[in-house]
Amino acid sequence: MINKLVFENLKHRPVRTLLSALAIGVQVTMVLTLVGVSQGVLQNSIQQTKGVGADILIRAPGSSIIGSMSGEFPGKILKLAATFPRVKMVTGTLVAPAGGFLNYVTGIDLAGFSAMSGRFRYLQGGPFRHPFDVIIDQVYAEEQHLRVGDTITLLNKHWTVCGVVEPGKLARVMMQIDVLRDLTSAGADRITVGYAKLDEGTDVHQEVALFKARLGDYRIDSMEDLVSLTSINSIPILKNFIHIVVGLAVLIGFLVVFLSMYTAVLERTREIGVLKALGASPGYILNILMRETTLLAMAGSAIGILLTYGTKWLIEMLVPSMPQLIVYDWWPIAAAISLVGAWVGAIYPGLKAARQDAIEALSYE
Amino acid sequence: MSDGSMVAVPMIRVKDLRKIYRLGEVDVAALRGVSFAIGRGEFVSVIGPSGSGKSTLFHILGGLTPPTSGSVLIDGRDLVHMGDTERTNLRKTMVGFVFQKYNLLPTLTAADNIAIARDIAGEKGEPDEQFQQMLKLLGLEGRMNHKPRALSGGEQQRVAIARAIVNHPAILLADEPTGNLDTENSNAVLTLLRDLNRRLGQTILMITHNPEAAAYADRIVTMRDGRMVE
Repeated sequence: MINKLVFENLKHRPVRTLLSALAIGVQVTMVLTLVGVSQGVLQNSIQQTKGVGADILIRAPGSSIIGSMSGEFPGKILKLAATFPRVKMVTGTLVAPAGGFLNYVTGIDLAGFSAMSGRFRYLQGGPFRHPFDVIIDQVYAEEQHLRVGDTITLLNKHWTVCGVVEPGKLARVMMQIDVLRDLTSAGADRITVGYAKLDEGTDVHQEVALFKARLGDYRIDSMEDLVSLTSINSIPILKNFIHIVVGLAVLIGFLVVFLSMYTAVLERTREIGVLKALGASPGYILNILMRETTLLAMAGSAIGILLTYGTKWLIEMLVPSMPQLIVYDWWPIAAAISLVGAWVGAIYPGLKAARQDAIEALSYE
Repeated sequence: MSDGSMVAVPMIRVKDLRKIYRLGEVDVAALRGVSFAIGRGEFVSVIGPSGSGKSTLFHILGGLTPPTSGSVLIDGRDLVHMGDTERTNLRKTMVGFVFQKYNLLPTLTAADNIAIARDIAGEKGEPDEQFQQMLKLLGLEGRMNHKPRALSGGEQQRVAIARAIVNHPAILLADEPTGNLDTENSNAVLTLLRDLNRRLGQTILMITHNPEAAAYADRIVTMRDGRMVE
């Protein structure tokens, strides 16, 4: 019976119910979209790194697992690695921020990179011919509406697009490493990530151990490790960012439900008085409001999950370089977050209702 | 006014009942030593002008507010020493309320308004045969699946009466039950209350300021300035 009352109460004020559920849904979408984009970008980054064709990655001491976040280090380390017995070839890249969120440009030694990864598959144009030429991938070209011969401004310089390549190899925007070093004041042989390809049949784990022993504090990862260890939790800044968004989501849920339930309690003062006159205990009244809140949060979570497909479509349309995954494993987490926020928001109005004086409530107009 | 000695088996026995409200820094005595008894199966009307203490008496007998002093026994249970929880439990099964403004839950149908009273009292399943017969008496066939907004005032009050007696309370308290009704519906509701009293032996205490309505009861008592004056 109590469930029927809860359902009828929500049905009685359809606009308020819908708006409350929608607001909770936005909060759920916010969490799912952030996590989905984070995981999408990470997965994309892994795919690009795998596309290099290396077996081992070398990065500066203290670097995070994702290359773009790494510090620079001298190229002589790479040259040293090239002398290790089972190393077939090495190449290095220099990554520099290009302004904006998650915007990086990558300097490459095209000959060395091509030797390791196999040649780029050019959809338009071809390799660098002039110092201020850039190679971009198809996703970036479509997002920025660029074709070969077009000019773009990066690092306060004008660059000419010389080639558009298939996505999935190293980066979206690539230029010659020496030119990038000059522009970023990096030293003559500084690099951000070193890639080593091993001889066929080499035990990669043994070789990683050898690299670690010989190169000291440098971060050494096998490509296999990069794939298996890269997650949101492995990037502290992303993890903290997600915690902040989750906190905001709880706050939004709290405020939405608090306001919704507070007005509902005021509006239903007389009805609460009637229930009390019939012998409803404070727990019974609280139970009604908490069930209403739970139903709102559940409906909001379902709306939020559906909205996530909308944000995915929107992001794909507007910013294709920022892929969003549908993170099924986060559905229950986002729903739980919305539920906690909603429950916390319902406590005060619920207690206010439960403690209401029956006589005053019955005389409420 | 009869006291306890005149009623063989009192359902309600009140002795020297006092209620003082604190309004700001002023004490207001709403009841100033009320004593009376109502027998099992009696139908009593309480009349009196506004401010005479009728509603306060109604609230105390219904367990909605505690008295300041005195003694109140309903079916042998002493209300004076009851805490909030015990008074809540008393309202579940011992007391049924009928209000002037019907006070049905607007989101529920007539049937569900009755069912929620059973749910609160912890009763499961369908109401018993006696209640089913009583529903026929109320003349609500075909109206039970309507929400209050689709019912007339008279129909709403009949649903409220059904809700009040579904748990077979020891007493039915009615506060101006015809105050919002036209003459025809008033007569129907008052006749219904009298039938419930006669056929089912339901003890009823009705508060009203209307002498014609009060006349439906077996006995009329008058209150003035917080006292029984009859």
